[in-house]
Amino acid sequence: MSDVNESFLELSGITKRFGDFVAVDDINLKIAEGEFFTLVGPSGSGKTTMIRMLVGMDQPSDGEMRLKGQVMNNLPANKRPTCMVFQSLALFPHKSVGENIEFSIKIAGQDKAARRTRVNQLMEQLRLPLSYYEKSVMQCSGGERQRVALARALAFDPDILFFDEPLSALDFRLRKALEKELKDIHRETGKTFVYITHSLEEAMVMSDRIAIMRQGRIVQVGTPHEIYNYPKNKFVAQFMGEVNTLAVKKSGKNKVKVVGGDDEFTVLDDLADFTTGFLIIRPEILKIGKAAAKMKNRIKGVAYNDYALGSRVQYQIIIDQFEEHWLVERLQDEPYEGRRGDMVEIGWQPADSILVSE
Amino acid sequence: MAGTTQNSKLQWLRNPGVLAALPASIFLLIGFAGPLLMVGAYSFMPSRSFSLNQIPTFENYISIIHDSYYLSFFWSLAMAVIVVILLFIICYPIAYGMAKLFNKWANLVTALIAVPILISENIRLFGWVLILLKNGILDGSLQSLFGVSASGLLFTVPAIILGLVYVYLPFTLFPLVIGISMVPDTLKEAASDLGATRWQIFREVELPLSMPGLMIGGILTFVLVLGSLAEAKILGGQAIVMIADDIESAFTFAQNWPKGSALSVLLIALSGFIVFLLFRRVDLDRVIGRR
Repeated sequence: MSDVNESFLELSGITKRFGDFVAVDDINLKIAEGEFFTLVGPSGSGKTTMIRMLVGMDQPSDGEMRLKGQVMNNLPANKRPTCMVFQSLALFPHKSVGENIEFSIKIAGQDKAARRTRVNQLMEQLRLPLSYYEKSVMQCSGGERQRVALARALAFDPDILFFDEPLSALDFRLRKALEKELKDIHRETGKTFVYITHSLEEAMVMSDRIAIMRQGRIVQVGTPHEIYNYPKNKFVAQFMGEVNTLAVKKSGKNKVKVVGGDDEFTVLDDLADFTTGFLIIRPEILKIGKAAAKMKNRIKGVAYNDYALGSRVQYQIIIDQFEEHWLVERLQDEPYEGRRGDMVEIGWQPADSILVSE
Repeated sequence: MAGTTQNSKLQWLRNPGVLAALPASIFLLIGFAGPLLMVGAYSFMPSRSFSLNQIPTFENYISIIHDSYYLSFFWSLAMAVIVVILLFIICYPIAYGMAKLFNKWANLVTALIAVPILISENIRLFGWVLILLKNGILDGSLQSLFGVSASGLLFTVPAIILGLVYVYLPFTLFPLVIGISMVPDTLKEAASDLGATRWQIFREVELPLSMPGLMIGGILTFVLVLGSLAEAKILGGQAIVMIADDIESAFTFAQNWPKGSALSVLLIALSGFIVFLLFRRVDLDRVIGRR
C-alpha cells in the first residue's frame, strides 16, 4: 500500500472500560485508504468491542477516532459514513433481497427507478441472479445471504466497510470460496475494508495488513508475510497454527541451549540482545530421515504416528529429552521412508528457525 | 392397489398426533362446538320458544333488521375500534420498556399489571364508580383542594372507554411484549448503521417485525370489547347500549332465547368477518419471515 493517505482512519489511544475490566487498551492504529485491514484475535481479545466503537454502537472511554482527519467519536452510527456486515448478517427477514439491498438508499430518499438501477448493478457485481429481487431473504442459501448482506452494505457507498466475522458460521468450502470472492470485491470496489476474525488463516488469505490482538492490546501489526515469517512473540507464532516450540537460553554467539537440557542448536541471530525465549520451527520446514542428515541442527525421536493432510503428510515425533511431541510435514509424493515406532532423526538449518520472546 | 388405498385411508388413525389430540377434540366438540351449534339452531326457532323441535324460521333475523339493534352494533364496533387504538398508543411504550429496557424490573411490572386480573372485573369497575361519582373520590378531592368540580364524569361514553381501556389493557400489552421482544437488537443496529433515523427504524424494522404481537393483541382486545357489557352498564348507566347488553336482555328479561341466539350469531359472524379480513391483509408468516 502507498502511504499517500496513511491516516485515512486513525485511532489514537482508544480505550474501552466496562467497570474495572479493560476490554480495549490504548490502541493506536493508522489505516490507509483502499486497504484491506484485518484485526485478528482469540475470543475475548477485544476485537468485537473495537469494531462496535468504530461503527458507532459503543463509545470509547478514552482516545480519538479520526476519519479523513475528522474526529468521529461522537457521531452516532446512522451519521457515520461507514457500514458494517454483521456476524449474524442482520438481514431484514420481512424484506425481499432487493428491499434489503436498497434499504440505505431508500432511507436516503432516492426514487424507485434510481434504486432499482443501483440494486441491479450490485446484484450483478455480487453474482446474484437479478430474478432474486423479489425473493425472500429467508429462502436464500448461506452464501447468497452473505452476498445480499455485502450488497446492502455496498449500496450505502461507505468510506469504510467493516466486517464482524461474517464467514464464521459457514462450512469450510464455502468459507474458502467467499474469502477469495471478498478479496476480489475489495479489488473491484477499491474501498477500505476493515475485517475482524479469530482465524489468522482467514486473515492471511485476504488482508493487506493484519493486526493481532490479545487481551485488549495489539501485539503485532504487519503484512501477512511479516506476520508469518517474523512473528513478534510465541503468542503470534502459535496463533498461526501448528508450530514446534522450544524454550531456549543463549549459550554463545549464534548458539542456544534448551532450557533444562543439554541439546545445543545454531541460530542465524548473533543473539546480541537475547537471553531467554523460544525457538519456533514450522512443521513444513523440518526435514526427517535421510534428508535430515545434511542439516546443521539435528535431534532424534520416535516416529509415533502419521496423518494425511491432502497435499502433505504430517508425522508426530516423540522427543524424549524435551518431553514433547514435534510435528514434521512432508509432501505426499516424497514421504518419510521409515515405519511407525522407528527411531528417526529430524533436522533444520539455522535460517529456518525463528527466535521469539515470551 | 385397492388394498394400499384402503390402508392409507386408515393410516391417519394410527398417527400418534391424531390419537393424542382425540380426548381434547371430543371435549371441545361437546363443551365448545356443541353450545355454539345450539345457539345457531335456536336462532332459527320461532320467537319465545324453548325447544328445538319446531319448524325453522327467519323471523328473528327479520325482526332484528326492522328493529333498532343496528345502534347497539354500531356502539359495540365503535367502542372496540376506539379502545384498540387507544390501547396500542398506551401499551406500545410500556411493552417496549418491558421487552427491552426494564431488564430485571420487567417481572415486577408484569406482576403489577397482572395482579388486578385476579379481582372480579365488576368489583374493579365499582372502584372506578367510587372515584368518578359526583362528590366521589376525584370530584370531592378536586373540590376541597382546588374548588373545581368534576361531577359529570360518571355515566358518560368517556367513562365507558376508560373502563374498557383499564380492563383490557393486559390483553393488548402482553402479546405486544412478546411481539416487540421478537425483534432482534442487531436488526435495529444494522438499520441505524445504514443511516436510518429512530423513526425510520421504527417504521421499517420494529413495527413490521412486531406485527404478529400487535395483531394478536389487537384482535384479542377487539373481540373482547365487542362482547363486553359490564363497563357500559356499570360506568355508562343509560348512556349507550352495547350489543352484548341486548343479548343478555333477550335471554333474561325478555325470555326470548331465539332472538338472543340470532343476535349472538350475528355478533359472532361480525367478529369472524373482521378477524378474517385482518388476517388476509397481514400475512403473518411473511412478517415472521417463515416465507
